[in-house]
Formats: sequence, structure tokens, C-alpha cells
Amino acid sequence: MSGRRAIVASALSSIALLGGIVAILYLAPGGAVVRNAFFDPHSMWQAFVGDPSKGLSSVAKGLLTNAWMFIAAEALVLIFGLLLAWVRLSHSPVLFPFRVLSTMYTDVFRGIPILLVIFVVGFGVPALQLGLISNQSPAVYGVAALTITYSAYVAEVFRAGIYAVPQGQLMAARSLGLNHPTTMRRVILPQAVRTVIPPLLNDFISLQKDTALVSTLGAIEATRAAQIYASTEFNFSSYTVASLLFLALTIPLTRFTDRLIAKDRAKRLASA
Amino acid sequence: MSTTVLSIENITKRFGDQEVLQGVSLELHSNEVVALIGHSGSGKSTLLRCANLLEPVSSGTISLFGQALQDPNIDEDAVRRHIGMVFQSYNLFPHLSVLDNVMLGPVYSLKEPKDSARQRALELLERIGLASRAEEFPDRLSGGQQQRVAIVRSLAMRPALLLLDEVTSALDPTLVGEVLDLLRELATAGTTMLIATHEMGFCREVATRVAFLHQGRLLEIAPAKELFESPQHEETKRFLERVS
Repeated sequence: MSGRRAIVASALSSIALLGGIVAILYLAPGGAVVRNAFFDPHSMWQAFVGDPSKGLSSVAKGLLTNAWMFIAAEALVLIFGLLLAWVRLSHSPVLFPFRVLSTMYTDVFRGIPILLVIFVVGFGVPALQLGLISNQSPAVYGVAALTITYSAYVAEVFRAGIYAVPQGQLMAARSLGLNHPTTMRRVILPQAVRTVIPPLLNDFISLQKDTALVSTLGAIEATRAAQIYASTEFNFSSYTVASLLFLALTIPLTRFTDRLIAKDRAKRLASA
Repeated sequence: MSTTVLSIENITKRFGDQEVLQGVSLELHSNEVVALIGHSGSGKSTLLRCANLLEPVSSGTISLFGQALQDPNIDEDAVRRHIGMVFQSYNLFPHLSVLDNVMLGPVYSLKEPKDSARQRALELLERIGLASRAEEFPDRLSGGQQQRVAIVRSLAMRPALLLLDEVTSALDPTLVGEVLDLLRELATAGTTMLIATHEMGFCREVATRVAFLHQGRLLEIAPAKELFESPQHEETKRFLERVS
């Protein structure tokens, strides 16, 4: 098929698909109700900006809370995840107990639903009455819980990346008289990090969405603001707004990740 | 007067219940080039790896300048600083430029100042005609060029001894010559080398002595001419007939 015909064909099929969905919204017996409940422009705008006089928080402002939560969690996850992977791959006999702990840690926290971790941290730590530690905002406990769970995933990603570096690299570095930490830092990790960037960003995309779960602790983030709007105004358009805002955050990262994967693939194919 | 650089005494190496080296002894004197020949799997690579402690031996001792390396208090990294190693598949660091590959050891292992390390790395690259490619990444170079950089990378450590593990085996036949030329130069300059190789012509020409390994045993060791012209052992004869 020529380039132009291909464009026309793909445009037509896209329009047909989109048209089909819109048609269902208009032709279905309950179409009008759904349109009004989920896509009412006035409600959507009201949810977006919020209305303090009615006690309605802005969904957009709520999203800022999501944003700082995932930025903080991502930074912490990178550090903690790498540390876990490092300990687990160490050979030093002194680190043996930590090696066992780090293995148990990844097993446990990859196996527990994140919502439960959020509950345990968010309700458990304040109940401990440990002064400053027990007097943080729900968002802070959210960040802690997200860090705890996602570090387990990211540690495994790092571990896989380190294993993917050929054994010859380690031997070459050690034969130059470099010690183990320097070998890791200068030779193994720089190569490992490069291979794990796409799977790492994948985990970060789901981390961004999982910040919504912190709403269960009462943090007024985007989904919680949308929920408040929905239960006050009896209209779900606020959820649509929250979804669109989340997409605005995750789609750029998704596209960026795909581009990195494609670039990496092209490089591998070229060198093979 | 030549001093003993490396002394391998009756070493064995087991992987599980497989004995890869069975009582191998070998002495290497300064300015000497000893070639290890034998079939693939005869234990040549394992012997080289044991020599710079990349593999621990199961029994026996290895000493460098008279110091036993099996001493548990020995600093293995310090030992490896005196022993250069070059691998069949080059093992250059793909994320570092050619120059950084050569500088890595001196800077992070010998803790040399960066300026003088760079200076020396460039001199070494100049010697192999690759100074103009110093800023490029290894994958831009041909196999022969990569292997020559790998040799220079270990030379940058000023090793007392160079171990070479079938360094031409992964190369395109047209690129073998340039690597052997460099090794010839090093031999002429008096570099002490232990070389596992399948290049018989090169062995005969460059090696002071040649050792034949068979199924983990060192069957015989003799000056190159002697071993090639009048091998003592049946297995050696058979091997030489097959490779020539």
C-alpha cells in the first residue's frame, strides 16, 4: 500500500472506531444518563477548578499531591532498590544476614497487595505514638508505603540488569586490580542501568497511578478530590477529569519509555 | 640472571567432580614467553585464570616473585595489579571511550593522577596507531583494533607478567596478523608472557618454551624448537600432527 493510501486507510479506521464509541453513547437506551453523569462539561470544569464555597477541592490541585508523592517515592525507590540489589548480590560473609533479609524483603513485599501496605503504614505508624514519626500527613505515609513496595520490584529489576552484564566485564575489571565496589561502580552498574531503564520506567508508570491508593488514608489527592465532588454533586464527571489528568502525566512517560525501547532494539539489531 | 616471576607448583582445580587441572607445575622466568598449547578444554584458560586468582585453586600453590598467593591474608587486588590479563573476547568496557578503557586501571586501581594516566594512555595508544581513535567507543573499532586496545589496557598497569588467553581466536583471520605483530614487539622488548594459543607458527617463532596440556595435565614442556621437532609424548605428536 502506498504511503498516502495507508494514511487515508488508517484515518478512516480511526474515525470509524471513535464514531462507534460515540454512537453507543448516543444510541444506547441509557446513553443520555451516562453522558450526563460522566461527561458533563460544566461539572467537569467545576471539578477541575474546585469550589471552596461548597467544600469542593480542585481535582487539578489534588494532582499536585500525586505529583510530589510519586516524585519523592521514585527518588527513594531508586536509592533503596539499588541498595537491596547490591546487598543481595554481595559475596562478603559479613553481609550474609543482610543478604538473607534482602531476599526475604523482596519476597514479602512483592507478595502483599500495596493497598494493605498503605493501610499498615498509614494507620499503624501513627498508632505507635512515636512523636515526630507518628505525626506526619497521610501523603507522607503514602510515600513511605509506595517506597516500601516498589523498592522490592525495582531491586529485582536492578538485579536482572546486573546479571545481564557479561561475566567477562567483571573478569576484565578485576584483572586490572579493581576491587569489588569500584568494579560495580565503574564497570557493572553503568552498563546495568542502561539496560534496565525501560523496565524501570514501566514500574514508575504504575507507581504514578498507585499514588491514587493513598486516597484511602484521607490524603486529598486527585482521585479523593474527584470522589468528594462525585458524592457532593451526584455527578461522576470529576472521575473523568481525574482520569484525563493522570493520562496527561503517564502518557508522556509511556511514549518516552517506548522510544527508549525502540532505540535500544535498533542498536542491538545494528550491532548483531 | 633471570629471576623467577611466576611459580606454579602442583596445582589442581576441580569444578564439582570434574578435575580440570591435575597437578600442573610450571615456572616462568623474567623476559620469558611461555606458550600453552593443547586442545580446547585441556585446561589452558583455567590455568591462566588460576594464575591471577580469578579462580581459586583446589590444591597446590602459586607464587609471584616468591610470595605464595594462597596465603589467606594476601590482597588479591594488589596481586592482580602486577599481572595483566587479555581475553579471547577482548572484554573492553563498552560504555567507556577507548581512552577511558586504558585509563581505568591506572586511575582507579593504581590511584595515579588523571593527567599522567591520560598522558601515558595516549602514548600507549600512539604506539598501536590508535591515538586518533581515543575518544571513540570500542564498538566503532575492528576486532583487531579492539584486541590491541585490550592489550594496551593491561600494559597501562605496568604488569610484571602478561597472561594472554587465546587472544586471536575470536578474530577474523585477516585481523590476526596485527595482534600477533604487537605481541612480537612486546616479546622483543622483554615482556614476560604466558600465552594460551592455537597459533603454532607464532609459538615456534616467539615462545621461549612451549608447554603441552592434555586433559588437565602438563604432559611436556620444552624450548619451542625442541618440542615442535622432537615431541617426547605420543599425545603431543598426535596433537601437533593434527594442527599442522
